[in-house]
Amino acid sequence: MRVLPFAISTITTVLLIILLSTSFGSVPPLGKFLSPQHGFWLNAESVGKDFNEQLHFTGLNGKASVYFDDRLVPHVFAENDDDLYFVQGYLHAKFRLWQMEFQTHAAAGRLSSILGVGPDSAFLNHDRMLRRMGMVYGAQNSLASIEADQQSKSACDAYTAGVNSYIDQLDNRDLPVEYRLLNYTPEHWSNLKTCLFLMYMRYDLTGGEDDIELTNMRSVFNRYTLDKLFPITQDSLDPIVPFSTVFDSAEVKLRIPSSVDSLYYGSKDSAQVYVNKPDPDNGSNNWAVNGNKTASGRPILCNDPHLGVNLPSLWYEMQLTSPSHNVYGVSFPGAPSIVIGFNDSIAWGVTNAQRDVKDYYTIDFDDPSHANYKFNGGSKKTEFKIEEYLVKGGPAFYDTVAYTVFGPVMYDEHYNGRGRTAGQSLAVKWKAHESGNELKALMGLNAARNYNQYITAISNFHCPGQNFVFASKSNEIAIWQQGDFPAKWLHQGDYIMPGNDTSYSWQGNIPMRENPHVLNPEYGFVSSANQLPTDTTYPYYLSGHFDMYRGKMINRFLERMNRITPVDMQRLQNENENLFAESILPLMLRNILRSSLTDSEQGYLQAVEAWNFRNDPDEKGPTIFQNWFDELEKAVWLDELNTAPRPWKLPSDYTLVEALLRDSAFSFIDNISTPEQETLQQVITDAFKRAMPAIADADKGGKLAWSKYKDSGVRHLLRLEPFSRFHLRTGGGDNVINATKQFHAPSWRMIVELTDDVQAYGIYPGGQSGNPGSKFYDNFVDDWAAGKYNALWFMNQKQQTDQRVKFVMTFSKS
Amino acid sequence: MKFILAVFLSAFLGIAIGTFMPWWSIAIAGFLVALAVPLKPGSAFLAGFTGIFVGWVTIAMLRDASNERILSVKIASILPLGGSSFLLIAVAGLVGALVGGFAALSGSYLRGLRMISAD
Repeated sequence: MRVLPFAISTITTVLLIILLSTSFGSVPPLGKFLSPQHGFWLNAESVGKDFNEQLHFTGLNGKASVYFDDRLVPHVFAENDDDLYFVQGYLHAKFRLWQMEFQTHAAAGRLSSILGVGPDSAFLNHDRMLRRMGMVYGAQNSLASIEADQQSKSACDAYTAGVNSYIDQLDNRDLPVEYRLLNYTPEHWSNLKTCLFLMYMRYDLTGGEDDIELTNMRSVFNRYTLDKLFPITQDSLDPIVPFSTVFDSAEVKLRIPSSVDSLYYGSKDSAQVYVNKPDPDNGSNNWAVNGNKTASGRPILCNDPHLGVNLPSLWYEMQLTSPSHNVYGVSFPGAPSIVIGFNDSIAWGVTNAQRDVKDYYTIDFDDPSHANYKFNGGSKKTEFKIEEYLVKGGPAFYDTVAYTVFGPVMYDEHYNGRGRTAGQSLAVKWKAHESGNELKALMGLNAARNYNQYITAISNFHCPGQNFVFASKSNEIAIWQQGDFPAKWLHQGDYIMPGNDTSYSWQGNIPMRENPHVLNPEYGFVSSANQLPTDTTYPYYLSGHFDMYRGKMINRFLERMNRITPVDMQRLQNENENLFAESILPLMLRNILRSSLTDSEQGYLQAVEAWNFRNDPDEKGPTIFQNWFDELEKAVWLDELNTAPRPWKLPSDYTLVEALLRDSAFSFIDNISTPEQETLQQVITDAFKRAMPAIADADKGGKLAWSKYKDSGVRHLLRLEPFSRFHLRTGGGDNVINATKQFHAPSWRMIVELTDDVQAYGIYPGGQSGNPGSKFYDNFVDDWAAGKYNALWFMNQKQQTDQRVKFVMTFSKS
Repeated sequence: MKFILAVFLSAFLGIAIGTFMPWWSIAIAGFLVALAVPLKPGSAFLAGFTGIFVGWVTIAMLRDASNERILSVKIASILPLGGSSFLLIAVAGLVGALVGGFAALSGSYLRGLRMISAD
């Protein structure tokens, strides 16, 4: 009987093939994945790869040429704007397809469709959070305003066609390796996906208010205490617009609700939900100096947006040239145009405005069906949106979200941030939900030739509110805090507001001309670093999450700098002086009770005493100081704050610093859980002793040096360690101009000198290729960590035979 | 001699079919070679196994060399194979070899069946 062995071996072969074609959990289908002709080996790009190509597409109107330099930066020259954006879309897809789709899946609350529900349903809960917050709703509203504008629609259509032209001809050979690991394939791009990407930026930059936390704190603290914990201004404030600015009285006249004392300040309701927010330190630096302060006599503009740094990078560097404009800078893979950059007349950059444009309202539903809710003395109908989650490796999940006049009901008995709970119903009112065409603003900036065109361009920018810095070859410099900001009465929206009538609603936007701005100040520079834009004479309430020390440092440097060159600016962007430590460490050193310290404690105290206040990579002072201050913060605040329901938030670093400098008998110093009255000396000494284990541990592990302790890195979007770059040697940190933290850092450093031939420098921690198998994947990371820059080549098409051109890609109509 | 021929043919055919068919087409190569080249089942398995192993390892090594091991080191850390490109190439070769070997075994048995029915 030979049939049996034949049958057995054949069945074995077939089963083996099936087994090796199936993915198990995070293990990819091994046969397909490991095959040298079909698997990840195809992503092992030859180090000598030739990127020359001649491409033909029906979607083009004319011809376009793309010249790649030695860093693989494309210099695109097209005969018209549509072709320009088509080529941009094609290039984004060719080099960054996986991240474009991954990030827009994340924005749309679709991660569970490629990653599964995750440990403890974490991915599904994150997806639900974003959808219930109204991410897709907001993206659709933006899409409507983009598509209502002919120029923007045309650009988006061309961009989408370019992305899809790449996807349509994509075969297994060029499939990015992440698709192979997770065993899925890309879907088509659409204009909505571009809006989803921009929505993600709105979320990242305006999604992180503290309304829930502050409401919980209001439930135990009175107004006087809350004002001490969260003061509306700062003693050492150095605002974006100078103190001397005179503001007209507010054009939007606000009516404060008559019930504000009883139902708002007097409310003792808390909110037991889990909050998951974007990094609160998403911020940035930007500044511009005019020609009076520079060696060349021409303005210099600088910008470094601080964001979570990932691989593949958020940024893709390129030059875009058409008959209408010629612009260089960084773009978002996922959207047409250049986001931060310069053209042959002007340069611009952005920092986040940090204003609070997201509030919560309690909703009182008539019954558990949520079909109606109480409003203005009557009953109002909700609109339902059914959210479908196609979960990888599991059944689909359905969730119904009720929409009210304020916005979607994010939290209710079906969702509390992690799962299901019986809590109150909270609707989100958020500027990011509203229509807005930020692409029109960016495209306007790309082509702007002067101050007036810059103003016209940014007037289209609604959300996220940004500080737009500007400089032109004609020696004008300016900065505008621009966006739609609701005009609020004092403390409006700091806490959850009653939603049963219109009395607590937003009453209108601050008109653009009343937004804080500065044009050509006589002191020769403008700057911003996420600080308060104005002092308290501004006629509207400025709520938000503001920084202080970076902006103060930048202004202090710019004031004394003269005959500035781009190299000076490189030094300034990488400046590690720690003004925060300079402000408070002397007080800590004066008050520590030395006699109570052990020998080893004395040793660390002497080390921090000898510190030069610089967060340079090898300094040990920053590690000791930071641990000590963190313990001091806990000792001062936690005893009181722990009486509030969670979540709550710690006051800002500067609040504690200013309180201690003002009053060494600051009432919060006493630990309310002990009978005796603690003194500042005791608390500071205790904090130092409490910080000892962490400091001694770091020392024992050879990690007391700041860069070792901080341990910066750039993480792959999937958090895959081998695709990430860890343990970089960097200085800087929180509250320092060089805001390089562990995984959050200057994501693009740019310096532009507006001489006749623009001189520009820039770098981001990544590389132009999104392929972990390419030598262009992370080739900027080491230089970035070392504070070095690439010279940016603002190419002229006549230079196409220049040695710097390494590859040429031509696009023509087929 | 026939064995070496079978190894060589499996490697060659595996690569050739693989250029236009899915990864599992190595099974077709192993199977066809075992049908064509008369070998005992054990030898046929070994020939298919070795042939596909040699074919896959050769291509993987060529790609790895031109990539200067940038990607293989990373994948060998994810899988996890201690970041060893050498081990990764060997594992890839073994996966292909198993499929090639069993397919060749089937081919050899089928050849046997045909011989019997021809008698």
